Amino acid sequence: MLETADIQHILLARTPALTGRYEFLSFHDAAGGRAWLSAILEKVQSAADALSTMERDRRWVTVAFTWNGLRALGVDEASLATFPEEFKQGMVARAEILGDSGDNHPDNWVDGLASPDLHAIVILFARDPADRDRSRAEHDKLVARCAGVEVLSALDLEATPPFEYAHDHFGYRDRLSQPVIEGTGEAPTPGTGAPLKAGEFILGYPDEEGAPVNLPKPETLARNGSYMAYRRLEEHVGRFRDFLRQHGKTADEQELLAAKLMGRWRSGAPLVLSPNKDDPALGADLQRNNDFTYKDMDPHGYAVPLGSHIRRMNPRDTAANINRRRMIRRGATYGPHLPEDAPEDGVERGIAAFVICASLVRQFEFAQNVWANDRNFHELGNERDPFIGAHDGTLEYKIPKRPIRKKITGLPAFTTVRGGAYFFMPGMKALRYLATLEGAK
Amino acid sequence: MSDDPKPGDWSKPAAMAIPEGGYFKEEQGRYGQIYPRTPANYGFSILAKVKPGREATVRAYGQTIEKAVAASPDVLAPLKLHYLRWVLFKIKDDTYFMYQGIFDTDFDKYIEDAVALFASTGITTVFVNLEGFPEDWKGNVPAINKFFRDHQCPSFLEYAEYPYATAEEVKKALKVKAALSDMLDQMQ
Repeated sequence: MLETADIQHILLARTPALTGRYEFLSFHDAAGGRAWLSAILEKVQSAADALSTMERDRRWVTVAFTWNGLRALGVDEASLATFPEEFKQGMVARAEILGDSGDNHPDNWVDGLASPDLHAIVILFARDPADRDRSRAEHDKLVARCAGVEVLSALDLEATPPFEYAHDHFGYRDRLSQPVIEGTGEAPTPGTGAPLKAGEFILGYPDEEGAPVNLPKPETLARNGSYMAYRRLEEHVGRFRDFLRQHGKTADEQELLAAKLMGRWRSGAPLVLSPNKDDPALGADLQRNNDFTYKDMDPHGYAVPLGSHIRRMNPRDTAANINRRRMIRRGATYGPHLPEDAPEDGVERGIAAFVICASLVRQFEFAQNVWANDRNFHELGNERDPFIGAHDGTLEYKIPKRPIRKKITGLPAFTTVRGGAYFFMPGMKALRYLATLEGAK
Repeated sequence: MSDDPKPGDWSKPAAMAIPEGGYFKEEQGRYGQIYPRTPANYGFSILAKVKPGREATVRAYGQTIEKAVAASPDVLAPLKLHYLRWVLFKIKDDTYFMYQGIFDTDFDKYIEDAVALFASTGITTVFVNLEGFPEDWKGNVPAINKFFRDHQCPSFLEYAEYPYATAEEVKKALKVKAALSDMLDQMQ
């Protein structure tokens, strides 16, 4: 049985939020940190709670901690040692593995995200800016009252127009393919695959391979917790639009190229089901827009290039053990909308997202290291994921076509990693455990 | 990253000498340092002492794997193998097992798939008969990874007749040749 009253809401629920704010905290005093946690705890909702009051709630709060943050709150060394290696090292130390080199290197990250003093994140999602501002003001007051709690930085989030559906700054419709967790009662949309064992995303439950192993200790701290990889990805919208215009003579050709990079038209319609023309109705239809496979329906990539983003992030029936590689994504866009006809204005905009899973090394890092960045993925030779792969301008992109495939060389970097971190998101009981830890500094 | 493309000329056989220790440069993977790609692509030679009295059990697994592949030819596909050799040999009174594999992806990338495959094909049952294999191996990728790395004996020389060609590419070339042959027949 899924203990939905003990699991933080973000894992199991999407909120009708249009804005939000992430605040990144440092605890210079363990007691002060715990005092902050005790207070904010009242605002953190479990999934059971949030789902029952969703209609009337105006804002939703999530908290999570880095390994250094757990230590700063007073977790003892014996317990800290039981956490997974990659979480202990932190995302900055894993830069080579994640392909965070060149412009993406942690040396270039902003807002203190690469600092070892990054201890916690508090995620606020709100229905509208007024709700967000009200919550922010309250949080400011709370931080001021807690000794040694410092806000290292913050990031405001806004949905970007048009608002009918969620999409990023490049214009791609999002939230179309999400795994479903067994026991939530949710029915997967066609093509999404059977519900997955809870242990793939939540600690303490059996996963797709059986009983969970190597859980952190004590059990109170680990149970119903999860790991989150935070990525702040700047999206270079001007550069992307220039690229489309450079390689497509007409608006239709440009739209097709955009689709070939992603694997879906920007409307969300999958290329497998609509290889030549966009189909916005299909893009909007959750019962149809995820219902496809690759091995039988598009083995050579004539519809969906082998190196396209969605084919890399979820190879479906062309990869082994796919059930061990799924991830839950949450997040939002930040930064002002760049109108279609406006030139690049140099203002930072992008997506600030969380990849939630039970094993960062097996799920998030695998997708990043192998599917996104391995130049030998599908034996493509000189390609990486066009959106999240590490690009230095020397890579190419091949679009299978009869009789001769199209090859674009010198693919620019459409995104830049501006920061990230590995967080542990405790369950509700675990949060109370942390808030009342004794001893330490 | 360990994926420097080797535009290498497959048409000229090549040999590569490898420094002691097995690496040219330091490159980190998710579970440790990445071994280099050579003209023979990737591989390992795992060497471990067999627990006393278990030689027959290990040897019997040769039959098990033969049958498994006959029943399901693609069963070992996730390992991206070109070749596999299992060897038992004696030094004085001790029996040793060597697992030699030549494959197309550095071990770090697909280790979880390999571990899952070992469990499902029963290959792990071979490893439990080797000294040093972790008792708590079930689902424990980091522990199994450590065993492999501790028992890996890197080559100091590798040679390939058709350098860097992956198994996929070789099979594709053979398929194309067969198809071409067919086509020429139809044109008669």
